[in-house]
Amino acid sequence: MADTTVATKTVKFIITRQDTPDSKPYTEEFEIPYRPNMNVISGLMEIQRNPKKTDGSNTAPVCWDSNCLEEVCGACSMVINGKPRQACSALVDKLEQPIRLEPMRTFPVVRDLVINRERMFGALKRVKAWIPIDGTYDLGPGPRMAETKRQWAYELSKCMTCGVCLEACPNVNDRNSFIGPAAISQVRLFNAHPTGEMNKEERLDALMTDGGIEGCGNSQNCVRSCPKGIPLTTSIAAINKDTTKHLFKKWLGM
Amino acid sequence: MKGNSYFSRKLHSLLGIIPLGGFIVVHGLTNYQAFERGPEGFAKGVHFINSLPVLPLLEIFGIYLPLLFHGIYGLYVAYQSDSNTGRFKYGRNWAFTAQRITGVITFVFVFWHVYQTRLQIYLGHLTHEELGSTMNLIASSPVYFVLYLIGVLAAVFHFSNGLWAFLVSWGITVGPKAQRISSYICMGVFVIVSALFILSLIAFGGDEFKEAANAATAFTNIG
Repeated sequence: MADTTVATKTVKFIITRQDTPDSKPYTEEFEIPYRPNMNVISGLMEIQRNPKKTDGSNTAPVCWDSNCLEEVCGACSMVINGKPRQACSALVDKLEQPIRLEPMRTFPVVRDLVINRERMFGALKRVKAWIPIDGTYDLGPGPRMAETKRQWAYELSKCMTCGVCLEACPNVNDRNSFIGPAAISQVRLFNAHPTGEMNKEERLDALMTDGGIEGCGNSQNCVRSCPKGIPLTTSIAAINKDTTKHLFKKWLGM
Repeated sequence: MKGNSYFSRKLHSLLGIIPLGGFIVVHGLTNYQAFERGPEGFAKGVHFINSLPVLPLLEIFGIYLPLLFHGIYGLYVAYQSDSNTGRFKYGRNWAFTAQRITGVITFVFVFWHVYQTRLQIYLGHLTHEELGSTMNLIASSPVYFVLYLIGVLAAVFHFSNGLWAFLVSWGITVGPKAQRISSYICMGVFVIVSALFILSLIAFGGDEFKEAANAATAFTNIG
């Protein structure tokens, strides 16, 4: 009953849309009723329930990707008011309006805000970002990891392959084959692991080929943009050091 | 491992400091003789360089070839980069873009500067002794002076910021603290080396060099 007397507060969205991977993008404006504690995802859900533009005309519901809704899966990454970040942790109360949503164009756009992050998983495969423990017999327990190392390695393990660092990087684009900061940091993580360390040269070799670590141009946008606060530039510099050492060791046949 | 961009990029990074970074510092110090000791000091500096043994080899392997590789591969590196300083207004991101812009400016400037000076000597239009008066002609023209100022500042910024990036790319400065301290040092390098070049440009445009230039022209007229 009180609803009819309260002045209705609204939230404005300007969303960049694209119908197919190859079609031209266009923008549409939406104005939806405000509710307390909204985030960008709940705003998108509201548009999905009632897909009407600001001018009152109908439109197709906006497509987006999301999963965990607690900033650990990385699926809902998009460009919000110019900055790449997760839509689930983007609170409407803290955003300037109108809220502009765009897909992260560094990746192929599937539809509207949905992008294809496959290149990131390809990068993880390329650098062998895993620990091989399978054998034809029980290999037994591996060596222990020092607690001091575990503490910083844990920070690196927070990477959720969300793609924000690639979107922020000026060297990840169509003219450049740079693998991106995320996979380099994962090499540091798996090379720090006492069992993973046994295959560290394979991972370094992978980064010393076309489109590897040399693609980093030190703009350091990645570390400023990472939603999990991963020290990406420290990881890149540490792997620069390891690849340099590896290069000279190989030349000298050590 | 086949030929790949890792080696090219590493070589590009190394050559930028050794020898090219070293060369720019030596060049700055030689020019500074013009400010500190006048036309004679500068002539002595030029004479010292020209009295180095195996000079053509030093020039070819220490300057021309590294410069060509660093310059041409650098243009390719710049082509491969986007600039997103509009979206990410961070100091390091500005430096990233500036590194590429100053690289292109330096590329053009160095060709022009070599054409005006070293190439004229190769062609026999100039002698080493006349370099001081050539520089006087350049530095006393306001247009050339400003173009030289832009070229010199671009080159020195490219060197100083490149030194910072070199330390990261070779894994010497790893953590944020080391990188911050090295950025202060590199800023210091920028200020000092820029000052060397700017002061020598001012000296080249000054009266001492004008007189020296007039004397030289008078001499040629007589001769």
